[in-house]
Amino acid sequence: MMGGTLRRIAPQLIILGVVILLNFIVFPGFFSIEFQNGRLFGNIIDVLNRGAPVALLATGMTLVIATKGIDLSVGAVMAIAGAVAASVVTAGGGWFLALLAALAAGLACGSWNGILVAVFRVQPIVATLVLMVAGRGIGQLITEGKIMTFNDPGLIHLGAGTILGLPTPVYIWVIMGGLITYVVRRTALGMLIESIGINETSSRLAGINSRVLLVAVYLVTGFCAALAGVVVAADIKGADANNAGLWMELDAILAVVIGGNSLLGGRFSIIASLLGALIIQSVNSVILLSGMPPEFNLVIKALLIIVILFIQSPAVQHAIYLFRASTPPHAPNENGAKNNQTAKESLS
Amino acid sequence: MSTTPEPVLQATGVSKFFPGAIALDDVSLSLYPGEVHALLGENGAGKSTLIKCLTGAYKRDAGTILLDGKEIDPRDPQGSLALGIGTVYQEVNLLSNMTVAENLFLGWQPMRHGMINNREMVKRSKEVLSGFGLDIDPSQLLSSYSIAIQQVVAIARAVELAGKVLILDEPTASLDREEIDLLFSVVRKLTERGLAVVFITHFLDQVFEISDRATILRNGRIVGTRELANATQTEIVTMMLGRQLEEAKKERGKAVIGETILELKNYGRRGTIEPFDMILHKGEVIGLAGLLGSGRSETAGVIFGSTPADQGTATLNGEAIKIDSPRSSIHLGFGLCPEDRKTDGIVGDLSVRENIILSLQARRGWTRPISRAKAEKIAEDYVKKLDIRLASLDMPIRLLSGGNQQKALLARWLATEPDILILDEPTRGIDVGAHAEIIELIQTLREQGMALIVASSELEELITYSSRIVVLRDRRQVKELQGDEISIGAIVRSIAEEGGAQL
Repeated sequence: MMGGTLRRIAPQLIILGVVILLNFIVFPGFFSIEFQNGRLFGNIIDVLNRGAPVALLATGMTLVIATKGIDLSVGAVMAIAGAVAASVVTAGGGWFLALLAALAAGLACGSWNGILVAVFRVQPIVATLVLMVAGRGIGQLITEGKIMTFNDPGLIHLGAGTILGLPTPVYIWVIMGGLITYVVRRTALGMLIESIGINETSSRLAGINSRVLLVAVYLVTGFCAALAGVVVAADIKGADANNAGLWMELDAILAVVIGGNSLLGGRFSIIASLLGALIIQSVNSVILLSGMPPEFNLVIKALLIIVILFIQSPAVQHAIYLFRASTPPHAPNENGAKNNQTAKESLS
Repeated sequence: MSTTPEPVLQATGVSKFFPGAIALDDVSLSLYPGEVHALLGENGAGKSTLIKCLTGAYKRDAGTILLDGKEIDPRDPQGSLALGIGTVYQEVNLLSNMTVAENLFLGWQPMRHGMINNREMVKRSKEVLSGFGLDIDPSQLLSSYSIAIQQVVAIARAVELAGKVLILDEPTASLDREEIDLLFSVVRKLTERGLAVVFITHFLDQVFEISDRATILRNGRIVGTRELANATQTEIVTMMLGRQLEEAKKERGKAVIGETILELKNYGRRGTIEPFDMILHKGEVIGLAGLLGSGRSETAGVIFGSTPADQGTATLNGEAIKIDSPRSSIHLGFGLCPEDRKTDGIVGDLSVRENIILSLQARRGWTRPISRAKAEKIAEDYVKKLDIRLASLDMPIRLLSGGNQQKALLARWLATEPDILILDEPTRGIDVGAHAEIIELIQTLREQGMALIVASSELEELITYSSRIVVLRDRRQVKELQGDEISIGAIVRSIAEEGGAQL
């Protein structure tokens, strides 16, 4: 079982290793970690911390993609959740109530998406596009078009605080990713989700309640997005409905793809998606640390991602497989014998 | 016919290895001009591997291929086509959104002033097709013609381009009888022209109808080649299976019919199936007979709840029940093996093990997972019981052959220990060995007291295990036969009555 997981995530681990090596080459101090004022500082810590929003989104997105769906609204849901948290906390609700309200907003968004997809059978890309567009509008209505700032230390802690020296967001995404992985793999959920992603008709005829499962995965994605929204808002001590989570749905999808999960649904690995999120963050870090002019950033990121996807493409994977399998068990001897024979024949 | 001394194609000692397996082991095959040569074997015997080695789709690991006495080594199907070996597959590999003429001449269109000479192309297409006894308008889209005509167009193209050897890979699988006749008349015309035709199929009747010789493969080896004029079906089947088909299935088991389990009254669904009454007992098989589209599968779907009934009542063991989804019927102890294995049955990328426990798991609910060890045990049990052939329980089910996929699906339902099992075309498109095993299984299950409903277009098969047969026509039950009334003749008469023109 462990061996299987390791084999599954090996490509992602290798890529992450290479990208981290690139970081080290452009900035030899990459691995150094300092402890100041009860807090760890260092580039590695930064990668883990800054990667939190995408890692959270990727966790939920992996499940949605496994069902052959996609959720384009997660960035907008982040904006809504941040706005809800900020408005509750500025109204004097306290950080915990703010968090709960934000998560409830995320679940509401998720159920909207889920019902559109599972009950009304709207294509996921269209169904979630609705909220992607409308969500920012809703966020701005909540913040009344302004950046709503707050000073509640409890809420700020979720985005900028530390626990035992490590930034709180790191705990949040690791625990969330671990928890969801644990739940889907320790129950039958994982297999049932994969089953409906591979063949929904067959699954339904086998007795699987695909509607409930579909709604459930969009709920999880909404929840994860809301958590990411709170982290981002808490980090900047304010809800910016215009920019919070902007384009982040694309990074989340990319993380899932880099994680080797097929957009056609089916088999999935949340751990691989989380590694995908870390790879994206490490690529950002390379660009930042190399000191290249920022205009290059997106181009270089695109190039690195093309290389990563190329390595994972079926054609290249097949070539690697052929290279490994180029020595079949019986072939060499028999081939040799035949070749000898034909050689003899041609001599005579 | 086959007395011509010089073979047009001679393959000697062809072998093909896959990592960990020998797909073809020292196989030799001779084709003479003007013969139809059937290639027979169970699924996985090596028929398609042999074809792919001949056409260069696979690189063979050993052996020589002589075409007209000269050694050839095609690298890909295009190469072999240029040498004179054409192949037509079951799924027509043509472009249905282009015209018949364009399809025929794709890649070698007659040109005039650097432009395609369409008039010339249509004219020559007409000539070519009339040579096959086909009088159609080649300027129409290919998709406007039936599959059989598309097949003939594909054959015409292959013959025009190749002209020495024509390989037909399961060409009749999706054709009805008339279309098969059309195809066979084309094949006969080709052999008169001196072509050698290789014919791959699962239908033995058709083999005897059209072929001169047959080569039988088993487990990647040649079992033998026979002149069909002096061979019997039993002999050929025995060669394919390596054992005598058990004659047991011939006698209709005297069913020990138990108490009533399911009673349907005025049960139906508007636009799907007319309301019907049905009483099902423990330990009996009700056969559903009728032509394609007569309502066989629809009846199965309404009872199982995949297309829930909108009228009538159902009683299970004396209690009124309501079935509105497969989920509800599965909880009540129903199971349905659907007709279309690929789209409605298997979950291709899941492992065989997961496919087998899928329904059981779905019924238990997601919070009570079946442990890996237990799943392994259940799957292993059924793999043994049903003789499912596989390399590993962890392999994706889509890699299994049709017969083994079907058995795995049966295992999925048997694992839920159903009281009522509905099988829709349980033996379609599977090899002879699995076929006999599934029929045997149906009888065993019935003897164990399960109630079964089986829809099948194979009447001979249906009458061996059914204690009652319901005949359907135009989505309506028209006749129920039982006991001594059951015979193929009686079923066919009921199907044909009134609107008999359909037969």
